[in-house]
Amino acid sequence: MDFLPVLLWSDLLIWALVAVAAASGWLSARSPLLRAAWRRVGSHRTGMGSATVLVVFGVIGLLDSLHYRPALVAPTGEPMAAASRQGTAYSVEVLSLLDRLLASLRARSEKTYSEPLATRAYAKEAIDLRDADGRLRQIRDYPRLKYGGAHLGDDEARRYADIVQRLLQALALAAAIWCTLAGVTVAVLARAGDCTLRAAWRRIWRNQTDFAWNAVLIVLACLLACALPLAGLADDYHVFGTDKVGQDVLYQILKSVRTALVIGLVTTLVMLPLAVVLGVMAGYFRGWVDDVIQYLYTTLSSIPGVLLIAAAVLMMQVLIDTHPQWFATAAERADLRLLALCLILGLTSWTGLCRLLRGETLKLRELEFIQAAQAFGVPDLRIIARHIVPNLMHIVIIALVMDFSSLVLAEAVLSYVGIGVDPTMISFGTMINNARMELAREPMVWWSLSAAFSFMLALVLAANLLADAVREAFDPRLAGAI
Amino acid sequence: MLAYIVRRLLYALPILIGVNLITFALFFVVNTPDDMARMQLGVKRVTPEAIAKWKAERGYDRPLFINAEAAGTGVVTETIFFAKSVRMFAGDFGRAEDGRDIAREIRLRMEPSLAIAVPTFILGLLVSVSFALLLTFFRAGSLDFWGVFVCVAMMSISGLFYIIGGQYLVSKLWRLVPISGYAGGFDAWKFLILPVVIGVVSGIGASTRWYRTMFLEEIAKDYVRTARAKGLSEVVVLFRHVLRNALIPILTGVVVVIPLLFMGSLLSESFFGIPGLGSYTIDAINAQDFAVVRAMVFIGSLLYIIGLILTDLSYTLVDPRIRFV
Repeated sequence: MDFLPVLLWSDLLIWALVAVAAASGWLSARSPLLRAAWRRVGSHRTGMGSATVLVVFGVIGLLDSLHYRPALVAPTGEPMAAASRQGTAYSVEVLSLLDRLLASLRARSEKTYSEPLATRAYAKEAIDLRDADGRLRQIRDYPRLKYGGAHLGDDEARRYADIVQRLLQALALAAAIWCTLAGVTVAVLARAGDCTLRAAWRRIWRNQTDFAWNAVLIVLACLLACALPLAGLADDYHVFGTDKVGQDVLYQILKSVRTALVIGLVTTLVMLPLAVVLGVMAGYFRGWVDDVIQYLYTTLSSIPGVLLIAAAVLMMQVLIDTHPQWFATAAERADLRLLALCLILGLTSWTGLCRLLRGETLKLRELEFIQAAQAFGVPDLRIIARHIVPNLMHIVIIALVMDFSSLVLAEAVLSYVGIGVDPTMISFGTMINNARMELAREPMVWWSLSAAFSFMLALVLAANLLADAVREAFDPRLAGAI
Repeated sequence: MLAYIVRRLLYALPILIGVNLITFALFFVVNTPDDMARMQLGVKRVTPEAIAKWKAERGYDRPLFINAEAAGTGVVTETIFFAKSVRMFAGDFGRAEDGRDIAREIRLRMEPSLAIAVPTFILGLLVSVSFALLLTFFRAGSLDFWGVFVCVAMMSISGLFYIIGGQYLVSKLWRLVPISGYAGGFDAWKFLILPVVIGVVSGIGASTRWYRTMFLEEIAKDYVRTARAKGLSEVVVLFRHVLRNALIPILTGVVVVIPLLFMGSLLSESFFGIPGLGSYTIDAINAQDFAVVRAMVFIGSLLYIIGLILTDLSYTLVDPRIRFV
């Protein structure tokens, strides 16, 4: 085998989360109320448009969540296994499937900064030149990049023509792919609705379908028109430039997506059980249970969030630094730190949801159907599972989607403050942190920061818009209002 | 009323004790003082003597909870818990890594923090409430739709972007105000204006949207319909009826943060080099100065609890129906 699969803890949790999402999707499909609510989300145009964007981010994140360690290859080209008798030796570097797909982006690092799509470096350097008569001469000039536009050879003037040609090719391909996808959608809808293709097409654009297909198709067109040119140019150029150590910024951006998703999603996995169990217990049992739980969350929430996180992260850092023997690779250490951050964020952020759920449970338990269940002698646990928790689901779902975006934003701030993810882990926060002094340079280095900020904006904006759609569909107070 | 305040203050005590225990557990039980010493001293110089010296200098060489060797009350007082945690209640926070007295440092840095946080808070409140009222006035129209969209977009932009972008645009490109720094007295305004404006702008999105929801909830109620039926104009209805009644839910969120203004704003203080409590905290986090972080956690929660009490009291002012016995 030329690779060794590595299961990082965060991978495990991410895939567990996918399984949980699939299971709850299946469960909610059985409940008519939730099904109706999800259908309302499906007909929401901005909601579905942003969901499409989020799906793309999700796929990138999932591809980046399958890790392995490649086998070391001896310089002769044979696997190291032949040389060492203990079996194949594996690299200490942990790679993911995404790294494999982006192998060319990852490997092609320059010496230092270079502008987007540049063929020459950002700063002048001393370059050795050989004269016609063979004498060595030094000049100061912008050195040619090792990889950026290398296929052009000496013919750098051809760069613009080359870029435009690639753009046009990519756009043509994007148009072709989009037409195919739209055609398939129309065909499927026509088949399901039992009408002609033309009628199905018209229904989509007149917004007469149950599902907001027009929004999905429009967003898909935009995504294809952005992604394919990027992919077409990324082979031979640094589309977003390179950073201080010469790493491709596009590669860093794509790697950051997973970190953001892990922070946004795994944290909720920590927070959810705590908030639901404690909130429902406090509201349902009242008395001393309520007092204890209220005391617990008042105490925790009275510590300002950032400070509690800072204190906990500092302590965790000490713990990790004093126990290096726990981790086989640097990636595992960074991963554990990421998880610990999720855990800490989860432990500090469950209090709000818990308070909401407690209040709602207090209201619910006075309603007739629950009183009837109690009068019939249904055990408490059963009442909670059957009658209370399902009626709290809308609050939980709204809280989850609303929290996601704030957590992604929080990661950037925390990493900037120095209490976020491991500095070796690529994330929007570490990118911004590394680039914080670049605007002060002359000439200014703007590409790293703006790429990080715009991709973060795309992710968070999509999440926020989806959250709004979900809230509108699930919140009974908003139903029929406005 | 007085009895109520006293009772609330007494309720606050167990919460403060809980906060204290949590921070104590975080700082001393999860990691022993030995670990902290090793971390502070760096990897190279770690000898047992160095660790012992570091601990003795900072008073970490005592037992955690019970000192069996000491006599009399010393059994309890000659411990880390008493020296580092209980004495916080008396306002004694000990010394930072650089040897300065934390309590004095906090008093010094309070003023710049307030100078930036209070104007940000008041301006932010005014701007967001008026923006939200405007959106409510034009509700369900295209101005409302795009207003809400702009709010969501502004919420989605990282706070770091506002600061970095604002600093670049205003200070570097237009050269209107200094990039960072601080001066005492009236000269402070040119250092403060940019952080305040950025603080207001970055907060507009979320709070406007929230206030708008509050107003819309109020506007659907019967008394508003009655007011309109009386023939009052929409503006009068909004200002005299909706705004006043929506104040109650708004107060819950707003009054809580007033005491926390003392803590300043972590990000903008450190970006703009303002010597307030926020930048003090960030510096302490970066220098891994545990004593300062611990002190700030304690003060922060104390202020939060004060905020909660103030919230309850403010209810009586705006809502005559609420009386405390």
